[in-house]
Amino acid sequence: MNFDLECKNIVKKFDSFTAVNDVSFSIPKGSFFSILGPSGCGKTTLLRMIAGFNNPDSGDIQIKGKSVLNVAPNKRPVNMVFQHLALFPMMNVAENIAYGLRRNGMVKSDIDVKVQEALERIGLPDAGSKRVDQLSGGQKQRIAIARCMVLNPDVLLLDEPLGALDLKLREHMKVELKQLQAQFDTTFVYITHDQSEALVMSDQIAVMNHGVFEQVGSPQELYYNPQTAFVAGFVGDSNRWHGRVVDLDATSVKVETESGLQMSALSVGSALKKGDDVDIFVRPESISISVGKDGNVSDENKLTGKLTNILFNGADSRCLIETETGEEISVNMPQTGDFNDLQRGTDVTVSWRQDVAKCFSHCADLDEEQ
Amino acid sequence: MDKDISRRLTLWLLLTPFILWMLLLVVIPHIDMFLLSIREKVGPRQYEMGLGNYAEFFGEPFYWNTLARTAIMSVLATVLTLIIGFPVSYYIAKIARSKQKKILFMLCLLPFWVSELVRTFGWMILLRETGIMSGVLQWIGFVDQPVEMLYNDITVVMGLIYTSMLFMIVPLVSTLDSLDDSYIEAGYDLGGNMVSVMREIVIPHAMPGIISGCIVVFMLTLGNYLTPILLGGKSSMWFTGQIYTQFITRFNWELGAAFGFLLLALSSLMVWGGLRLSGQTLASTVAKS
Repeated sequence: MNFDLECKNIVKKFDSFTAVNDVSFSIPKGSFFSILGPSGCGKTTLLRMIAGFNNPDSGDIQIKGKSVLNVAPNKRPVNMVFQHLALFPMMNVAENIAYGLRRNGMVKSDIDVKVQEALERIGLPDAGSKRVDQLSGGQKQRIAIARCMVLNPDVLLLDEPLGALDLKLREHMKVELKQLQAQFDTTFVYITHDQSEALVMSDQIAVMNHGVFEQVGSPQELYYNPQTAFVAGFVGDSNRWHGRVVDLDATSVKVETESGLQMSALSVGSALKKGDDVDIFVRPESISISVGKDGNVSDENKLTGKLTNILFNGADSRCLIETETGEEISVNMPQTGDFNDLQRGTDVTVSWRQDVAKCFSHCADLDEEQ
Repeated sequence: MDKDISRRLTLWLLLTPFILWMLLLVVIPHIDMFLLSIREKVGPRQYEMGLGNYAEFFGEPFYWNTLARTAIMSVLATVLTLIIGFPVSYYIAKIARSKQKKILFMLCLLPFWVSELVRTFGWMILLRETGIMSGVLQWIGFVDQPVEMLYNDITVVMGLIYTSMLFMIVPLVSTLDSLDDSYIEAGYDLGGNMVSVMREIVIPHAMPGIISGCIVVFMLTLGNYLTPILLGGKSSMWFTGQIYTQFITRFNWELGAAFGFLLLALSSLMVWGGLRLSGQTLASTVAKS
């Protein structure tokens, strides 16, 4: 297997603060790799080390099998799309794209051809003579990518470039970025704090927290088989309960939550023992709902409560249910039509199988978010 | 209706100090100066309108040589101030950390706590024949007799640079500060080196600051009186010295006024030329800094 980018045991400290702590990963050629994490988790530091703006305290960064540690940023075969894109305002669009080619010493006539090619590739053939401030957010985005891609980098780094766009454009650009990546067939390393961006676009995602990778995997793996409480809480929506282990066998655990609920769940990750502080996560779409107080279900976990609210959003509608013990659960509304006339205040029963409830050692980081 | 009147009244009241200032200190003196400059003395207390004073300036090589010399040395001092001030400003704005930044800025400001006269005397103490520099050079055996370092052009230009450095650094630091670091990083990331990033990204961005710094320094230098006279002595041949001589020594206000107008014309012309050359406008440079 040949890798475009390999990082081996990267450590970076700022004074006493460890920004990146012993991170290793390798990215196969032509894939879209995302690093997902909350702000301050060290993902930007990691990206800047790959670009060459910072040097790791220890560890090695290899591009196409060659160490680039002693290579200056302007000589590395990587290019970066900056958070605010950093299109040079003193140049027009064509000059921006030509900048890197000029620096490589390409002759003027070849540059013009390449710039025009790049502009056509991103669907803006007539934009060459425009000033940067005449472009829309999405166009700027594409120009910033084209400016890097004309240099044929081995790896393209993207530092949350969608952050500044409005929601609708961001949704659109997610798809477009993925298409551009496939079109250029170049390895993209994308950092973001937005899990939906990472899920939609990536081949592989690394979830980062406190300077370490919590889990690396495909979007499906992260979503369906999270390995730590942090990943389960950060990727996708979940109902979360905090409690203590009261009983356990080889695969399943019985947990009592703070409000006295008993539930059984699948134990994931590190071995648990009685009395451990744990989090249980259940996805809203894994929970069944039925009308009435005594729904006849065979699932291991069953709760009754009242429907307090319906968050209608077409196919993605949610029911909010308050259980008898006062906890709120969100459940995806089944789209079978049977629930279309559901009213607030209706008594309902919710239930889920043991294997969709995942139990992890408690993660304190998630407490702050709620 | 009442509201309209009171609003207009407020506007006029607020404008009054400005209008008075412009009228009394700028417009009226200049009109008077201009009238003075086109008045020729034909006999005791007898005057005629005419351009004789201007003709005298162009007819006497000593006068226009002095003006040309003043202009050239001012341009030289301005360019040197820029060359020295730019790296200093770049360091303050882009490399120093925020705490260092404040200290460095204070250090630039510090000399301006004393008057220009005292600062210039400081240079004289250092550079005169019996001064500190001369003493040190003799002590280390570099020279075997006292050396006079005052009263030459190099000293004058150096003094002018020292006096006007702050006025270059302030606008430069503020424009460089407004350049986001990511532009510089992008410049390197896309293959640029220090020279090309400076030339293609930093300097074009800093152009309004460069121009406004240069305009201020050039005008201050061209119109400076104290530094050239004290550091350059009688041989300094600075044009403001000529104006002083005409007004005070010769008591020839007519010619002095004409000289004043010529200096104003020259500085306006050169500033305009500089703006044209750099493709900037007065509004863009003044508004930016």
